[in-house]
Amino acid sequence: MTQRMGFFTDTSVCIGCKACEVACKEWNHVPEDGLNFTGMSYDNTEQLGADTWRHVAFIEQRKPLAEQEPGVDHEGPVPPLGAPPDAAPMTPMAPGEGGDLRWLMASDVCKHCTKAACLDVCPTGALFRTEFGTVVVQSDVCNGCGYCIPACPFGVIGQREDDGRAWKCTLCYDRIGDGLEPACAKACPTDSIQYGPLDELRERAAARVATLNDAGVDDARLYLADTDDGIRGAGAFFLLLDDPEVYGLPPDPIATTRDLPAMWRHAALAAAGLLGAGLLAFAGRA
Amino acid sequence: MAECHPVGFQWVMEAKARGAVVIHVDPRFTRTSALADLHVPIRAGTDIAFLGGLIHYILENGEYFREYLLAYTNAASIVREEFRDTEDLDGLFSGFIEEARKYDPRSWQYAGSEMPAPSREVDEELLLMTETARVEAHGSGGPEVAGEIQTDETLQHPRCVFQILKRHFARYTAEVVEQICGVPRESFDRVCRLVTENSGPERTTAIAYAVGWTQHTTGVQNIRAAAILQLLLGNIGRPGGGILALRGHANIQGSTDIPALFDLLPAYIPMPHLGQNEGLAAYLEDEAASKGYWGKMSTYMVSLLKAWWGEHATADNDYCFDYLPRLTGNHSTYHTVLKQMEGVCKGYLLLGENPATGSSNSRYQRMGLAALDWLVVRDFSLIESATWWKDGPEIETGEMRTEDIRTEVFFLPAAAHTEKSGSFTNTDRLLQWRDQAVEPAGDARSDLWFVYHLGRLIRERLADSDDPMDLPIKQLTWDYPTEGTQGEPSAEAVLAEINGFGPGGRHLGSYEELRDDGSTTCGCWIYCGVYADGVNQARRRKPGWEQDHVALEWGWAWPANRRILYNRASADPGGRPWSDRKAYLRWDAERGRWTGPDTPDFPPTRAPDHRPPPDAKGPDALSGTDAFIMQADGKAWLYAPAGIVDGPLPAHYEPQESPSDNLLYKYGRNPARELIEHPVNRYQPSDGKPGSEVFPYVTTTYRLTEHHTAGGMSRWVPYLSELQPEFFCEISPELAAERGLTHLGWATIVSARAVIEARVLVTERMTPLTVEGKRLHQIGLPYHWGNNGYSRGDSANELAHLSLDPNIHIQEVKAMACDIRPGRRPRGPAALELVREYRRRAGITERTGMEI
Repeated sequence: MTQRMGFFTDTSVCIGCKACEVACKEWNHVPEDGLNFTGMSYDNTEQLGADTWRHVAFIEQRKPLAEQEPGVDHEGPVPPLGAPPDAAPMTPMAPGEGGDLRWLMASDVCKHCTKAACLDVCPTGALFRTEFGTVVVQSDVCNGCGYCIPACPFGVIGQREDDGRAWKCTLCYDRIGDGLEPACAKACPTDSIQYGPLDELRERAAARVATLNDAGVDDARLYLADTDDGIRGAGAFFLLLDDPEVYGLPPDPIATTRDLPAMWRHAALAAAGLLGAGLLAFAGRA
Repeated sequence: MAECHPVGFQWVMEAKARGAVVIHVDPRFTRTSALADLHVPIRAGTDIAFLGGLIHYILENGEYFREYLLAYTNAASIVREEFRDTEDLDGLFSGFIEEARKYDPRSWQYAGSEMPAPSREVDEELLLMTETARVEAHGSGGPEVAGEIQTDETLQHPRCVFQILKRHFARYTAEVVEQICGVPRESFDRVCRLVTENSGPERTTAIAYAVGWTQHTTGVQNIRAAAILQLLLGNIGRPGGGILALRGHANIQGSTDIPALFDLLPAYIPMPHLGQNEGLAAYLEDEAASKGYWGKMSTYMVSLLKAWWGEHATADNDYCFDYLPRLTGNHSTYHTVLKQMEGVCKGYLLLGENPATGSSNSRYQRMGLAALDWLVVRDFSLIESATWWKDGPEIETGEMRTEDIRTEVFFLPAAAHTEKSGSFTNTDRLLQWRDQAVEPAGDARSDLWFVYHLGRLIRERLADSDDPMDLPIKQLTWDYPTEGTQGEPSAEAVLAEINGFGPGGRHLGSYEELRDDGSTTCGCWIYCGVYADGVNQARRRKPGWEQDHVALEWGWAWPANRRILYNRASADPGGRPWSDRKAYLRWDAERGRWTGPDTPDFPPTRAPDHRPPPDAKGPDALSGTDAFIMQADGKAWLYAPAGIVDGPLPAHYEPQESPSDNLLYKYGRNPARELIEHPVNRYQPSDGKPGSEVFPYVTTTYRLTEHHTAGGMSRWVPYLSELQPEFFCEISPELAAERGLTHLGWATIVSARAVIEARVLVTERMTPLTVEGKRLHQIGLPYHWGNNGYSRGDSANELAHLSLDPNIHIQEVKAMACDIRPGRRPRGPAALELVREYRRRAGITERTGMEI
């Protein structure tokens, strides 16, 4: 494997222009997937899926803008992202502490997990890990079984209705092999989306969080940068300005296949036990 | 800026990363606000009150940059005795001619100039001058200031500009700002502190604005107020300072430079007037300034005429000066539409323009189109301006029937920017060249192709004509080489012509080389040098990391590749930088020239202590401290003694249609605003007059990142349409409750002109304000939609009226009044009836809103 490549998405400089969404669709020929006026702030894309490989979330929240208190505990319900819009009397507001209005914007993408459950469950080998350490679906191999979809702890992968196959971000496998950066990163005007060797990105991200914390933005934290987490760190990680839940992201994702080896071990033991018992039974008769 | 200039906004983010404080003043909380350190919600249309408050704060607390002020501005200049301020006349400046609704600006001049006695003849000339926007022609030039200017360097003389300024803004206190703008004291104080703390020798503050400031009846004065503020703080001509006009399209600056304006020739040379500018000598006598670089207008003008008529332009025939058309009146876009309805203007070419949804009072626009003999629309898609005759709103209401419309409409597909070569000139005056990526498909062609071949065919038809009227066309230089399979004219050949040639066909390097003896040609004097040495300088792409921070080798900026205009002001009068931190240009006494990372915007070898002889003319008349080299007195103008038609100083006027009364003056609205009396352009009662309560809400139009202007480039694109699929209005939860509007439901929005419907987006990003003690709600309306395309909706511009800024004839769509109610709008004739009912209720007549 060559150097592991990835994304660092620094949401503190995202301006919500959605150029990443459009550039991704343009480059990858991802079809338009419907005109839905959702009422969820300026987010009319809603979520990642077969036809959305980059998704910019818009979160409206009341919270002091500057000199944020450290160790803030965000109580209250998980934000109603994805709640049926007609149930909401207004643009959903994420829980906050009152005060200034803030509008968080964050471009989400496939995490290219170190421990990738989608890859584990794929029976055809359509999903594979590339020489860049990224996780890619080969559409000519995918048989549309759909196992990968519930396997993903982030809900990234989707199935296209017309062809039944699974689709998701390839981290522009057809660009990075030629030394180009992925389309979304290329289009991002503020460098909110940064592409590069994962090691370098992690260093840069740690420095950025420190800078922001020093400047009083105590809420700034990294998400999925920790290699000890449930997916053993992501190839695409984020700098967030609030808890992951506020952005509609799972706070502690776990690869759904993480426990499979242990489960198989247990199953194997049980099977061996059963086999032994059976043999004993026969032996007893003999 | 993040909304409409996301790519440019990266530099704001870079500045922020280096510690800059970002303040965003806007009625709405936008993507820009989200990234700003401070968002200040303001009542739309009260920017002069806000800026005036800042000016007041600076003057009152002595926060101005005195040395800069004295050296480079007209603070010390003394104004003539006849001048009366709005403080004296309750909202009027002296010289107002009531029956004409215009100012005679002569009393605003500096003392020492002659004040001619008013005469009938002069007044008529004056009216023509203001009507034909002569002032705009002086936008960059500054009109002539007559006579010996008297000054008082102590700034104590009661009629010196500084004292006039102090009196004029005395009432613009923080309390008044709070009352008028709805900006709480605390928030305003914070802005005052941040701006003044970040200005001075060590620091600079930059102001970026867009049409949120220009599209008002006080559009030009909004920018003037910003100029006063920046000059008081010494923030012009210095790194990190300035007033940045963010343009609406990639090449709007270019279309102003070359230009697409009726009253200007390329590079801000005024268009000659019928009966006024007889002969080239008289024209130059009238229009050129005696001091500064406008003193060289003869060289710019003769070179332009030589570029257009080549060998036919000779000294004997005034270089074909008489081939130029003459202005006979106001030919701005909204007045042209009036002429269409009157049957005077019979044909119309729309190149990349969609007035049927994109211009103010769209119905008025369509009425104009329907009165034409022929209409040519060149665009990517079948925009509303091409199909109104079969499916426009008037067809739906039954006001127009297709079979009755006699306009012959031609639709010609246009090439996209990727399908043609050319340059973009944007905010920073930077020309950036782009190469054609692919040839346009099918019948689509570039605008250059269209204009060139149209001209070629017309010239072929006129080849045998001996009518002298045809000579200006027959003798044009129209010989551009063509390339590719489609006969595309070479855009680089056009650029080379714009740059200009000297004797022997040498590409000129600078406008300093231009001559008025016919030996040089130049299509746009400020662009001279863009093709220096036969190299397309605009095509240069040396990365920033391979050069210094000024990056002179990325593209090419007019004029003379200068990146900061008036950069002489970055150094003190003696030629030393104001501070090390903000060093830019400095006078190198040893070498006897100005040095620095940028091209000096000053005669390069003129010493700071140079004083010109009294009889010097043009650039030679500039002293070593006359940093504002385009101004006729070499000074930046805090007070404009001439050149602006609605007053020498900005004053707060309410918008044409406002729910609030003017707290400061009896004359509530801009007395010189331009009004168009027409049945499809009725105005609403305003500022507390009976009937104004029928339209209690303020509305403002704007753009979203996902779409482009009137939608011709975005509503047909699925990838963009899905991101903002429908026309919507943004309102606060309080307004939703007040009017029973539901999130994601429909709203009907009504003005005296039209009724439209929009989906409702209820959001806390819209903040109700307290204005003059009352709760005020504002409604946000993105204006991208129309009834064609993939993403469709009503057009916000249907609501708008035509009350225009008198200087530049721009519409006031950034601050209007309307009503909003829940549910969808009526269809067909019932829609008209609803508007009529509102007009009846508000008691609207043809005189409503026409008061001075």
